[in-house]
Amino acid sequence: MGNWIINNGFTSFMLVVWMGINIFLFVWFYLFYDLGDQFFYTRHLLGSALAWARAPAAVLNFNCLLILLPVCRNLLSLIRGNFVCCSRTMRKQMDKNLSFHKLVAYMIALMTAVHMIAHLLNVEWYNNSRQGVYDELSTALSNLADTDNTTYLNPIRTTDLDPQQIPTYFVFTTIAGLTGVIITLALILIITSSMEVIRRSYFEVFWYTHHLFIIFFAGLVFHGAGRIVRSQTTTDPPHNATFCKDRIQDWGRIPQCPVPQFAGGFPQTWMWVIGPMILYICERLLRLIRYMQHVTYRKIVMRPSKVLELQLVKSGFKMEVGQYVFLNCPSISQLEWHPFTMTSAPEEDFFSVHIRSAGDWTDKLIDIMKNLPEGAQGPKMGVDGPFGTASEDVFDYEVGMLVGAGIGVTPFASILKSIWYKCIVNIFSSVCLVQIYFYWLCRETYAFEWFVDLLQGLEREMEERGLGDFLTYKLFLTGWDQNFISLFSLFCLISSQDTDVITGLKQKTQYGRPMWDKEFEQVRKENPTSVVGTFLCGPAALATVLEKKCAKYSDMDPRKTKFYFNKENF
Amino acid sequence: MGKIEWAMWANEQALAAGLILLTGGIVGVSGQFRGWQFAAYAIAAGAFVCLLEYPRSKRAKGTSVERPGQYCFTVCVKAFGPLTRNYYVRAFLHAAICVPGGFMLATVLGCVCLGIASLIYFGAAVRGEHWEPILPRKDVRKPEDSTRKPPQNPPPRPPPDVRRKNVNDLEAAAYDNPFSTTADE
Repeated sequence: MGNWIINNGFTSFMLVVWMGINIFLFVWFYLFYDLGDQFFYTRHLLGSALAWARAPAAVLNFNCLLILLPVCRNLLSLIRGNFVCCSRTMRKQMDKNLSFHKLVAYMIALMTAVHMIAHLLNVEWYNNSRQGVYDELSTALSNLADTDNTTYLNPIRTTDLDPQQIPTYFVFTTIAGLTGVIITLALILIITSSMEVIRRSYFEVFWYTHHLFIIFFAGLVFHGAGRIVRSQTTTDPPHNATFCKDRIQDWGRIPQCPVPQFAGGFPQTWMWVIGPMILYICERLLRLIRYMQHVTYRKIVMRPSKVLELQLVKSGFKMEVGQYVFLNCPSISQLEWHPFTMTSAPEEDFFSVHIRSAGDWTDKLIDIMKNLPEGAQGPKMGVDGPFGTASEDVFDYEVGMLVGAGIGVTPFASILKSIWYKCIVNIFSSVCLVQIYFYWLCRETYAFEWFVDLLQGLEREMEERGLGDFLTYKLFLTGWDQNFISLFSLFCLISSQDTDVITGLKQKTQYGRPMWDKEFEQVRKENPTSVVGTFLCGPAALATVLEKKCAKYSDMDPRKTKFYFNKENF
Repeated sequence: MGKIEWAMWANEQALAAGLILLTGGIVGVSGQFRGWQFAAYAIAAGAFVCLLEYPRSKRAKGTSVERPGQYCFTVCVKAFGPLTRNYYVRAFLHAAICVPGGFMLATVLGCVCLGIASLIYFGAAVRGEHWEPILPRKDVRKPEDSTRKPPQNPPPRPPPDVRRKNVNDLEAAAYDNPFSTTADE
């Protein structure tokens, strides 16, 4: 339990606060509309469906305010960068931005459903009242604006249509109804196209459909402008509903019961969402400015196994380890931004990305680069970033446990390179990191030859400077089969070299998945009093395993080993 | 990332539309709205669309992700053969199903959603996509070579290169132990 608090305490606290605000808003507005005297006559027509429509609306306002914030990547990056003083725990929350975005979206979907069902009932019951189906009071209230000097309560003014079609006619001819239908449709399309299977496999569908959010927010701002939810206004002399509700005939005749007057509520939604909308517009403008800035190519290298290395230079560009950039190549697509982890160290005077052929966009880019004449500059490239992720915190821990799975080694390339530079210039004292354990799990190494190159260089350098034990790294080859292994173990026996046969590195490649219990036990034994940062860039299943292990091997005693779990987002 | 399979999105959209139609229908019937008969229809139509769309199609390329417990639905849907396989049929079916939903407010949203799903399905059909069931892969075990060819030599066996090559040439085939053996003294 204690371990769990160390690792997840703050996240859970944030979620509890968020849920608490949601519940508070729901209950508060429910009671406001369910008990308020000014809604006495409205409630007489609508019953509790009034409160059931208004309470979700308040929660929707709050969540629509939140939904844009986690996707303002420049804003998040700014907060991250400027509040270094904040504790690690605070900054770690920034890495869960997309999970939070999804959570808020689920809440919006749920509340939309409740809001909509309640309004379906409201419209039907308003229509029934207007048709005179219910008691005398309902009919009288609905007929209010038919004579002079009265204001209406029932927004349905049409009676000369087929009664069954009036609700539909009403919804499609009022501001609230029409915008409601449009934004609900936009929301449904956004949600169906962001299901895991679509998002992962057909990113373009997800990406373009998500831009319906513009329609969503435009509609949302105007949704309340029709002022359909009406409450009784104070008249002089006051109209006491409890006294007058049974004296409809006397309305306007006796001084205690003047004809009740009604007014629509002031639209509030725009006040909730205008701030985040402006922030988001700033965010998009910043992206546009970044896109316009000039980027020059320092080097374009084709690596083996269809990996393209781009070394780029941009003035005023400053990066940290393990950060990523978004690239936009207008000659492929004007609108698509793709994230790439930078593989260069902050000490270098350029930044580089390794792009592996993985789909249409990357294939086209590699094609363009291959067909470039010798010495020519590449196509125009827009660069947005850099954006921070968990791994820039790696130097804050005494011990780093870095776990890269497959292509997930890329952020660690930057970290290891940076360490290498720090070794060279001997400013090692300024780095508080004392020990690094690096685990690389992959199916086959041949796609990552460039990374092996880097590791080899690093290893040589370490050896020369007598820092051999500073970096412990282990390679785990998970995609081997029996033939492969027997062949290679035979080679190992014959060649009896002290380098690995597959990678040519000093560390022997291990076969199969790592036994995490063993690894964590080892780290704890070697660093009995340290704070260990565990960093993963890899699949979610592995994240769950590592998170559990981190909790299991952390000690509540503040003097003993503690593991903190960090994860990169994809 | 590869080619976009629009039917995947159409499927999500149609399933959502089915649920919305079903919900609208339940609201309409339980609230006894004017024209609740249309709502009753929407319940049936929504349930039908959900059942039809629940089993996800196999992707043309890459791993297909099943919905939880979709196997028995897959079998049922597969039983209709070309009717459920062809996306033109689905597009027209959904377009036809959604029409009565437009006659009352409670089912209008479901109707429009299903209409959109029908359009996406039509697009998918034009691009030549079709529904393909995700069935559990049957691992056909090939009989091991070793069981078909029983060993010729009794153990202990020498390394392959010193094994006897030809039974007829007994002289050459005779196994000559390369190590010198002496009796323990």
